[in-house]
Amino acid sequence: MSSNVEGTPPSEPLLDRSDVRVRHDTGIGGAIRSLADRVRSGDLGSLPVVVGLAIIWTVFQSLNPIFLSSNNLVNLLFDCSTVGVISLGIVCILMVGEIDLSVGSISGFASALVGVLWVNSGWPVIPAILAALIAGGVIGFFYSVLFNRLGMPSFVSTLAGLLAVLGLQLYILGSSGSINLPYGSPLVSLGQTLVMPPVVAYALAALAGIVTLVTGLRTAARRREAGLSPQSITGLVFRAVVLLVALELIAFYLNQDRGVPWMFGLFVALVVVMNYAFKRTKWGRSMTAIGGNREAARRAGINVPLIYTSAFMLCSTLAAFGGVLSAARLASASQQAGTGDVNLDAIAAAVIGGTSLFGGRGSAYSALLGIIVIQSIASGLTLLDLSSSLRYMITGGVLATAVIVDSLARRSRASHGRA
Amino acid sequence: MTGMSQGPVAAGETVISLRGVSKVFGAVSALADIDLDVKAGEVVALVGDNGAGKSTLVKILAGVFQPTTGTMTFQGKAVTLAGPSDALALGIATVFQDLALCENLDVVANIFLGNELNSLQLDEVSMEIRAWTLLKELSARIPSVREAVASLSGGQRQTVAIARSLLLDPKLILLDEPTAALGVAQTAEVLNLIERVRDRGLGVIMISHNMEDVRAVADRIVVLRLGRNNGIFYPDTSNQELISAITGAADNSVSRRSGRRIAVQNEGRA
Repeated sequence: MSSNVEGTPPSEPLLDRSDVRVRHDTGIGGAIRSLADRVRSGDLGSLPVVVGLAIIWTVFQSLNPIFLSSNNLVNLLFDCSTVGVISLGIVCILMVGEIDLSVGSISGFASALVGVLWVNSGWPVIPAILAALIAGGVIGFFYSVLFNRLGMPSFVSTLAGLLAVLGLQLYILGSSGSINLPYGSPLVSLGQTLVMPPVVAYALAALAGIVTLVTGLRTAARRREAGLSPQSITGLVFRAVVLLVALELIAFYLNQDRGVPWMFGLFVALVVVMNYAFKRTKWGRSMTAIGGNREAARRAGINVPLIYTSAFMLCSTLAAFGGVLSAARLASASQQAGTGDVNLDAIAAAVIGGTSLFGGRGSAYSALLGIIVIQSIASGLTLLDLSSSLRYMITGGVLATAVIVDSLARRSRASHGRA
Repeated sequence: MTGMSQGPVAAGETVISLRGVSKVFGAVSALADIDLDVKAGEVVALVGDNGAGKSTLVKILAGVFQPTTGTMTFQGKAVTLAGPSDALALGIATVFQDLALCENLDVVANIFLGNELNSLQLDEVSMEIRAWTLLKELSARIPSVREAVASLSGGQRQTVAIARSLLLDPKLILLDEPTAALGVAQTAEVLNLIERVRDRGLGVIMISHNMEDVRAVADRIVVLRLGRNNGIFYPDTSNQELISAITGAADNSVSRRSGRRIAVQNEGRA
């Protein structure tokens, strides 16, 4: 029991360290050992995506040296933010073990709605965006009613929704088929040019490191007071410093070109908020519980239909918001918005990032990591000037690989007694 | 949780009483015309063969199933349980036979599921301490409360489920086969625990196939047979009598078997 804190007599082990059969890994060596244990038993976390990203970047960089240039990476981050927000919604719905296949159509409908209300009907831009978000939420509410009241599988209801909402999009766009959003307006600037001043980017990167350190130290102090084993301070400082240095370097590299897009900042902020909601609130705990064992959650007194409703509505609202952002990115609302690979990219990003298709496992960060993988592939193939036929095939292959890794890891976890 | 602020229950007061409860699943009548009373500070054992309707009855009391007919009175007030949360709000805690744990959540999250402290910023430290305290009371051997329940053995999971039922200071505890997967020390602790909660004035309903455990703690033994009440017995009842009530006749497979054994032994002596 070398882990005893000063002041605790060695005869009385800490509350959570009294079982002599358990090996408690301490220090950096112990952290590496428990990580290896976890990976071997199939608890992969974000490891596959990090490895995959390293491979993809190496390959594309060797094929085209522009790929990892600051300029291309800034473009990449602009593109990530739009589908990334949609993917964040997919994480929500996958968490409870359901699916929404209509996020692409919803995003297209939302962008069309903003175009029609703002440009054609002369609404101010903010109410137009709010109307699009509300429309998205209403669609999600409709799915949840079908699911909760009629027991309609989300797979089917959202597949029907995919067509129906696409029809709505075509209907409100009318015969013109495409609406150009005005250049120079705040919304289009956000999607195309607005970047953080370098100072702000550095400050936000520093803030992330400091917040990690401070909250970690506070938790460790509380645990020590309460007689539980605190987290190792060295490991905590190590992690915070690595995070801080990595983020500062990224910010520095991006600032060589235009800088960090505000739209990407908005996306990351949403990810951080959702991560907090999943990990630290009762709502997030209920979501995870329902994804793991719906009947157990019901018997624990959780209002299961309400949580499903929140998941469906959040997913479609985020899809609508992603649609608004992509309208800003393209400076237009057209019949093509939200069609093609948007749907699949959003779902693939969540799964590649490590959110399970089977429910109950996932993290908001998987949307961030996954969308960077997907957009890297898209951007790399575009730089190589390959046709979209090849792009579809390669993206499909990556998605299949991600799902295979998920299924295999799940099987391995089951045989190693992990959830 | 308004139901829980009614103060302690006076000993001997009836906590719950069922009258004429029946439950029909399609063509199968799982329970027919069941009467049951549980007083505060009393342990009622519910015994019966497989398919006698014990678990169905427990699920009705827990709000998981709604009875087809019949009335339920909790602390003198007629109640209807529309769902598990109604039962929990009244102060009825249940340990289900299938335990109803979420395998992907850790032990602390499972114990506090639905009753997390501080819902907008979960108070993990306080929850972990409370979880350890509850588990210590059951002399549980859980390696870490931060491991997912999937990594625990059957007995450890059962202990977690029992710990969860004690979290909310219930007035009535339903235990569906609480000792089936437990080791020697843990079984003794659970039986001690049942006595402790009885002495605190709680009503306990326990389902068990282990007659030894039933006799050790039960104040009354209610026998169900094919979905009907088949008599109320006391711990001093002979095994023979209990078994004939459970199986439905003095001439049954258990008594025939023991009769054969005695006959064989007698032949051996002759």
